[in-house]
Amino acid sequence: MSPPVAPPGWSRWLVPPAALSVHLSIGQAYAWSVFKPPLESALGLSGTQSALPFQLGIVMLGLSAAFGGTLVERNGPRWAMTVALICFSSGFLLSALGAATEQYWLIVFGYGFVGGIGLGIGYISPVSTLIKWFPDRPGMATGIAIMGFGGGALIASPWSAQMLESFGSDSSGIALAFLVHGLSYAVFMLLGVLLVRVPRTEKPAGDDGPSAVDGPQVSARDAVRTPQFWCLWVVLCMNVTAGIGILEKAAPMITDFFANTSTPVSVSAAAGFVALLSAANMAGRIGWSSTSDLIGRKNIYRLYLGVGALMYGLIALAGDSSKPLFILCALVILSFYGGGFATIPAYLKDLFGTYQVGAIHGRLLTAWSTAGVLGPLIVNWIADRQEEAGKDGASLYTLSMFIMIGLLAVGFVANELVRPVHPRHHIPAPASKEKEAADVQRQQ
Amino acid sequence: MSSDSSSGGSGISSPPGRRGLIAFAWVWVGVPLAYGLYELVQKATQLFTG
Repeated sequence: MSPPVAPPGWSRWLVPPAALSVHLSIGQAYAWSVFKPPLESALGLSGTQSALPFQLGIVMLGLSAAFGGTLVERNGPRWAMTVALICFSSGFLLSALGAATEQYWLIVFGYGFVGGIGLGIGYISPVSTLIKWFPDRPGMATGIAIMGFGGGALIASPWSAQMLESFGSDSSGIALAFLVHGLSYAVFMLLGVLLVRVPRTEKPAGDDGPSAVDGPQVSARDAVRTPQFWCLWVVLCMNVTAGIGILEKAAPMITDFFANTSTPVSVSAAAGFVALLSAANMAGRIGWSSTSDLIGRKNIYRLYLGVGALMYGLIALAGDSSKPLFILCALVILSFYGGGFATIPAYLKDLFGTYQVGAIHGRLLTAWSTAGVLGPLIVNWIADRQEEAGKDGASLYTLSMFIMIGLLAVGFVANELVRPVHPRHHIPAPASKEKEAADVQRQQ
Repeated sequence: MSSDSSSGGSGISSPPGRRGLIAFAWVWVGVPLAYGLYELVQKATQLFTG
């Protein structure tokens, strides 16, 4: 499939909603937990078993983003969004069949494997295109899309819950809910497929703004051989580890923290805290990423990692003495977590250019997969050991907080080590521009 | 949302013919997002009332 090149007069403001239609859909993955209790009771599954589709989905997200990035760059965003639509929607349809026939392996395969490919390809599909459309504000542009991934769970969580309530939580009710999800997301994502356009390479008369192909360009194959790529890998991994450590255990953490105080946190208040963290995560994606266009990518990561460490320090030192301080610090950390995700494509563009930035971004997302294991592992393992040692309340998490500070410090140093890419990795400027122009001509 | 360019960049203003399509596209994604945010705010208030 050839990605259509924008006709003269095509508005670049049509591209963010195209990206959002994909990201708001695939962000549903974070609302998988809504299906867990009904699946467990309908199919007699354990908690570990019912988490399998989500876990496989996240693994496939990382793998397909890492290995499919070059294909996405070669075939363009419309091809990628079509693949994402087909895989994500088919995943639900296979799951519907699995629930209707009570074949759980089909749900794992459908939602986890097939749908997971849709997650990975869908996640990276608009990044490169958005950066090319918004070379003057790449942070804001990718922030809008990646905010959508956070927003997807906000939509899916109440929507799926209401659907299960209407259809019933038995296997036929779950099957019907999966079916409606698959069809609805296919229609919703279709907007992205129809609207997405790649920009023309030549600039119109009177446009003095930066061009998408200005500056040095580095191929994905060369990018992974540079220290800059691995410094950013460490930066992303450490930032995500620090955020996910809180996010994954937010409700029990705030409950444990203030269990021994005169104002313990109720179950519903803890749920409210989790919702507030989601809001901070989303706001950070668009807010901090847009700010990076003004203050620079290196400076914004200094903020995420440096102030993030400070926030963890405040939580550790204040303990259970101040609930507002705990909540404020957690919100700031989660906003940095979201901001870190959303700003990284623009950082990659600054260092490696737009030539294969989507493919490079896909490879960098392996840092996310690593952090997804590392963050919860640190917090849960330490909390369990502290509990075994007879500790309770805030002291269950103090050691985790100091470890997070250490990890953020490692990320801070890695960010400081980022320098412009050595010219030996650059594609010769005329060659890269000719290559992009040839790509566009081929697409026309 | 007035600036646009078919070649990327900060360029020139949007032709009137596209404005309807731009509005439709943003409403398409904005309405579900607004629903999600509304539900989120409802839930988040439990932190202060629960």
